Amino acid sequence: MSDRFRFLRTTSGAIGAGIVLFVVLVAIFGPYLAPHDPAAPVGIPLSGSSSHAWLGTDFLGRDVLSRVLYGGRSVIGYAAAATVLAYMVGMAIGLTAGYARSLVDPVLMRSVDVMLAFPPLLFLLVLIAGAGTSVAVLIIGVAAIQAPAISRIVRTATLEVSTRGYVEAGIARGERAFAVIGREVLPNIMAPLLVDAGLRFTYSILIIASVNFLGLGLQPPNSDWALMISENRTYIQLNPWSVLVPAAMIGLLTIGINLTGDAIARSLGRSYVPRATRSVVS
Amino acid sequence: MSAVATEPVVRVEDLCLHLTTGEPVVDGVTFSVAPGEIVGLVGESGSGKTTTALSLLGYTRPGVVIKGGTVEVGGESILGRDRRALRSLRGKTVSYVPQDPGGALNPSLRVGDAILDVLRAHRAGGGDDPVRSALERVELGSDPRFAGRYPHQLSGGQQQRVTIAMACVCDPPVAVLDEPTTGLDVLTQDRILAELRRLRDEDGMAMVYVTHDLAVVSQMADRIVVMYAGRIVENGPAAEVIERPRHPYTRALVEAIPDFKNPRALRGIAGVSVGVGEWPGGCAFAPRCPHQEARCHETVPVLEEAVPGHHVRCMRWMELDLQAGERGNGRAAGAAVEPAPLLEVSGLEARYRSSRSASPAVDAVSFTVEQGRCVALVGESGSGKTTIGRCLAGLHVPSAGTISFDGVPIAGAARKRPLEVRRRIQIVFQNPYQSLNPRQRVRSSIIRPLRVLRRLSRADAEKEVGDLLERVKLPTRLGNRFPVELSGGERQRVAIARALAARPDLLICDEVTSALDVSVQAAVLELLQELQRELRLSMLFITHNLGVVACIADTVLVMDRGTLCETGTVAEVLASPSHDYTRRLLAAAPCLPDGVL
Repeated sequence: MSDRFRFLRTTSGAIGAGIVLFVVLVAIFGPYLAPHDPAAPVGIPLSGSSSHAWLGTDFLGRDVLSRVLYGGRSVIGYAAAATVLAYMVGMAIGLTAGYARSLVDPVLMRSVDVMLAFPPLLFLLVLIAGAGTSVAVLIIGVAAIQAPAISRIVRTATLEVSTRGYVEAGIARGERAFAVIGREVLPNIMAPLLVDAGLRFTYSILIIASVNFLGLGLQPPNSDWALMISENRTYIQLNPWSVLVPAAMIGLLTIGINLTGDAIARSLGRSYVPRATRSVVS
Repeated sequence: MSAVATEPVVRVEDLCLHLTTGEPVVDGVTFSVAPGEIVGLVGESGSGKTTTALSLLGYTRPGVVIKGGTVEVGGESILGRDRRALRSLRGKTVSYVPQDPGGALNPSLRVGDAILDVLRAHRAGGGDDPVRSALERVELGSDPRFAGRYPHQLSGGQQQRVTIAMACVCDPPVAVLDEPTTGLDVLTQDRILAELRRLRDEDGMAMVYVTHDLAVVSQMADRIVVMYAGRIVENGPAAEVIERPRHPYTRALVEAIPDFKNPRALRGIAGVSVGVGEWPGGCAFAPRCPHQEARCHETVPVLEEAVPGHHVRCMRWMELDLQAGERGNGRAAGAAVEPAPLLEVSGLEARYRSSRSASPAVDAVSFTVEQGRCVALVGESGSGKTTIGRCLAGLHVPSAGTISFDGVPIAGAARKRPLEVRRRIQIVFQNPYQSLNPRQRVRSSIIRPLRVLRRLSRADAEKEVGDLLERVKLPTRLGNRFPVELSGGERQRVAIARALAARPDLLICDEVTSALDVSVQAAVLELLQELQRELRLSMLFITHNLGVVACIADTVLVMDRGTLCETGTVAEVLASPSHDYTRRLLAAAPCLPDGVL
């Protein structure tokens, strides 16, 4: 299916995919390349770059480079888990509402509207305050923020496709709803959903980063890009690398995913790009 | 028409348009339009007719460039002008009426403002109430509040009349009309055509009328220009071209028109229309032409004057006698014995939950379809005919009434019907561009009913696909293609093959040809007739085209606002319609002048 990767031939697609690949590779293989233990002090706190520690040390004297190499897994991993969970819930709601078109549709959609009325970050903070800080709460919370909007997009796409002849032919053959959705509906709404999923992933990263930054997500001494920004931000004049490098990694990943998403959308011949990336880190 | 002395308002000479990649789209087109003359520009999709017509406005679609030639409108040269000059010409010297008025009108502009916009752009005065007088010209002036409405509050016919009012508000000498009635039903089409004729007669506006429907153009045009693969193949007075076509292609187009006055077996044109970039050397029509010879494939024939004012581009026009087609009724007569009823519908009523009106979409409709017969269901858009088809296919649950199939009442929803009933009733949908799953190869679309409805093993199903494709006259290799790679006619054949795969007894055809060109429609109808004969299929044929009804159906049901208003055999109903609505439908149906063919 070379058709599916046509977006790589555009400039923005190639650059975007390259950036995403770089950041993901750093996150996956970084720990094997790290010169030091990310939790152990290796020198004087907040010293600048040296041959011993290329990016200097942080406020506890730990190696910044090692911590950057270790710190990607949690951000990307939790964001991916939250996005997948959000998509599972959102697609179940959206497909049911869009395909059933009976009373189920308005009931589901009005409940979704209620969910959408909560400010996302506030919702997450209240949830963490109630259920405590743990990885599970964080992932479920981020998924709960994303799922309503996903279900709306899935429902709209499903509504549009399910009046088509090939879907009706399946219904007239008396096939089960699962079979019709899986065979006739899903493959034809995948294109916009793939683009949306990329942007949702970015958004998940930003929310998780914001929560970590506020100190309500991952706790020290974990190494995590967002946590690193939070811990070292007061000392930015003493060792700027300790803040700028993790910030640049998050920024690069966001830009890369957006470029790739735009390129995919264009190569599918649609100008459809959902506006999901609102900045929550300000 | 004493057009000899007057200067033509449109003169196109040797117009050539290419794609930016170099393939020719329009090649050496030359024609002229006299003041007050209507010229019909006719051809199948991809023949370059719209591209030619748009160049009269100095417009080319993205990717198309003008290579050479001259276009003069109202004495002014169009080609080579800059955007500013073109803007001042468009609307004032030459105006445009689009195919799809719903998409062409700005949805956030009131009708009156849209018309005023045209006037302001040209700083034209136009009396004390220009909007009112513009609307009066298209017979929309009776309601003073009309100018304050938005496009979505109007019917399709009203929208098209507004675009016509916009096109003639500055009194341009020429208007270009791009399939202005294609999406409209017969009665509305008839009103629009009458409107256009009146505009021509009263204001002397010349028109270039682009269409694929020769029946419409034979009622409208003074002259007909037939295009095929970017070249003019025939150009002459309308009556001459229709009654004595000189080019085999024109002849084939005329034969493809279903005509309720002269029902006959339709004949489609063999093969598919050539697209841009695949023009053969020599005569472009030669590969599909029944009269082809070796020399036809060698050089492109020149446009020769057959009789004064009638040009033809064919090597053999002198030897061929194309008028002597076999006449008479080619339709197979219905079975002699009275066949048993297969489908009985009684008191059918259907409603839509979202509709606000209290009256149901279908109200107390009863009819039967006998074994091996074809019943046509006719009516305007919105009359409820499609809803009946959906009820029968199990896609819409009726609110009252019974549907009996083979003597047994069946459930409303397809899921609740036994497998055997689902297999024996099949439906083919209106829009071939949406009826096949774009993510699946043709082969797997056809295999599905074999597996689900006939419970065949994968291997057996694979074996049958080839036979089914052959049945609908498609090459077997098409099975490995995706729907995007097929033309509209090919897609509709695949949809028919998918329905046939279930070995149905009743085939519901919901406007299966309305999205297709006339020549492709003829080929699809020809196929359906043959299948009906060979497989002893019963058919419910839903359509708004009475010509099609006359060609294919045995009995006809006429629907008006949800109820059946007339039933009878095709011959009875078409010859002596008893209901007023049927009479209006018949009077409005476009048909060829008497004595053709």
